[in-house]
Amino acid sequence: MILPALEVDHVTLARGGQVVLQDITFAIPKGSFVVVLGANGAGKTTLFRGLLGLEPSHTGTLRVNGIPVHRGSPAIGYMPQMRKLVGGQLSGWSMVAAARRGQKWGLPWCGRAGRAAVKAALEAVDAVDLARKPVGTLSGGQRQRLLLAQTLLDDPSLLLLDEPLASLDPARMRETALRIHTLAQTRGMTVLMSAHDINPLLGLMDHVLYLARGKALLGTVDDVITTQALTALYGAPVDVVRAGGRVFVVAEGGGAALQPHDCTGGHTHA
Amino acid sequence: MLHCNPMTAPGATRMLDYDFMRTAFLAAFLVAIVCGPVGWFLVLRGQTFASHALSHVGFAGATGALLVGVSPLAGLSTGALVAGILMGFAGDRVAGRDVMIGLVLSVTMGAGALFLHFLTQSASAATALLFGDILGISKGMLGWLALLSVGCLLALGIMARPLLFASLQPELAEAKGVPMRLLDVLFLALVALATAECAQITGVLLVFTLMVAPAATVLRLGVAPLAGLMLSALLALCEAWGGLVLSWQTDYPTSFWIAALGGIGFVAAGLFSRFVMRQTT
Repeated sequence: MILPALEVDHVTLARGGQVVLQDITFAIPKGSFVVVLGANGAGKTTLFRGLLGLEPSHTGTLRVNGIPVHRGSPAIGYMPQMRKLVGGQLSGWSMVAAARRGQKWGLPWCGRAGRAAVKAALEAVDAVDLARKPVGTLSGGQRQRLLLAQTLLDDPSLLLLDEPLASLDPARMRETALRIHTLAQTRGMTVLMSAHDINPLLGLMDHVLYLARGKALLGTVDDVITTQALTALYGAPVDVVRAGGRVFVVAEGGGAALQPHDCTGGHTHA
Repeated sequence: MLHCNPMTAPGATRMLDYDFMRTAFLAAFLVAIVCGPVGWFLVLRGQTFASHALSHVGFAGATGALLVGVSPLAGLSTGALVAGILMGFAGDRVAGRDVMIGLVLSVTMGAGALFLHFLTQSASAATALLFGDILGISKGMLGWLALLSVGCLLALGIMARPLLFASLQPELAEAKGVPMRLLDVLFLALVALATAECAQITGVLLVFTLMVAPAATVLRLGVAPLAGLMLSALLALCEAWGGLVLSWQTDYPTSFWIAALGGIGFVAAGLFSRFVMRQTT
């Protein structure tokens, strides 16, 4: 049997003393493209931090490629949520180069191997020209490409991408999603990517991991994004409406349970 | 920056005939090569206000040291170092809060004023501490400055790489195993020592002139990190030596000239980068 890329076995994770995910269990096969969905505070970032070894699990175990998670694993490429820019005057190249083996002591000296690695990562996301400009002059989508390049530096087998589509316009969302998908396929990487809106990702993902009320539900879009499955997960009536090739998750009373309302820039979710 | 090399300045031979001038140039060199690169990180991390506060804590330490008859440099270093380490441990709870830093700053300045009140030679000591006294640096002090500079540069050389990573992208650095809290503490300890050194030349009130101005100028130009660190050291050195030369020629205080050169450099860098931007777009 092939070892799954990711095993989460009866795991309970807390953030700031509050249990966010309670006794969740799932396994993700190698090479899967998984979209992590859930409302603000449902535990998407907490799950990522758990997988990175930054939040200890209260129960159970988290394994990546069969090995219990630990901090600083080179097998995982991580893209945090976009945040306030530091050092916007520096070029994109400098920013990506700083991330290559940035945890080692010494001077920020790149060396020939380092420069080759940075160049290869930038080429993979088609950002060699972009990287010459100061980061502060780049658009959100362009910065995302640099962040994506960084995740590739250690040649990881698993990518954890925290809201890579947030604050992009719809055309860029689809473009970025396609880029990540192609990259994952050519390199045989497993991808876990959190998102607020499922629609730019339709047709690309193999699985959906839906987080709600401390629980997790893993399956295909057709299994998970259904009225029955989500009503059971939320414990409240939720309708799934498909219209014009798009999917809408609507809670009773008209509110969208999975709303794209803060796609334009709010980054307050846990 | 026309005055980078004192040898080209008129009257240079006469200027360097004096022992106190040679000592001053050496001291400025030792201080500038530390303040430039440390300041580069300080500006990048947005912690310049913290450095300002540390220098004020150092002022209380220095006046306290004078009161008990110890060298003010020792008092300044110790005061700033203790405050820097505490600030590092307190982390975001203090370092990012300007009210907290402002409060520490005013309380320690008040304590410094009290210590001065008990000192007999208070007026001259206060001026030297507040505005610097580079021409009064002794040979013994030079030895201490050399020791501090070597120590600071060694420490910076060891931690520069993870510090850069942690400054630019804290979440990613944490995930990759960078010891964030340890780096915070080590860096603020380093800032404290650099501040103490810098205060010998510029005084506690003008620590910004050598710590922040050259580094901010270099960062404004968008120079890559390693080159930026070295360029900051070089620019700090030019401004410190330039200040000494101009002070010799005009008889104005060195601190004034270093501050003025720092300001001019920063504005010039802004104009220059705007000009280059217009050319390329």
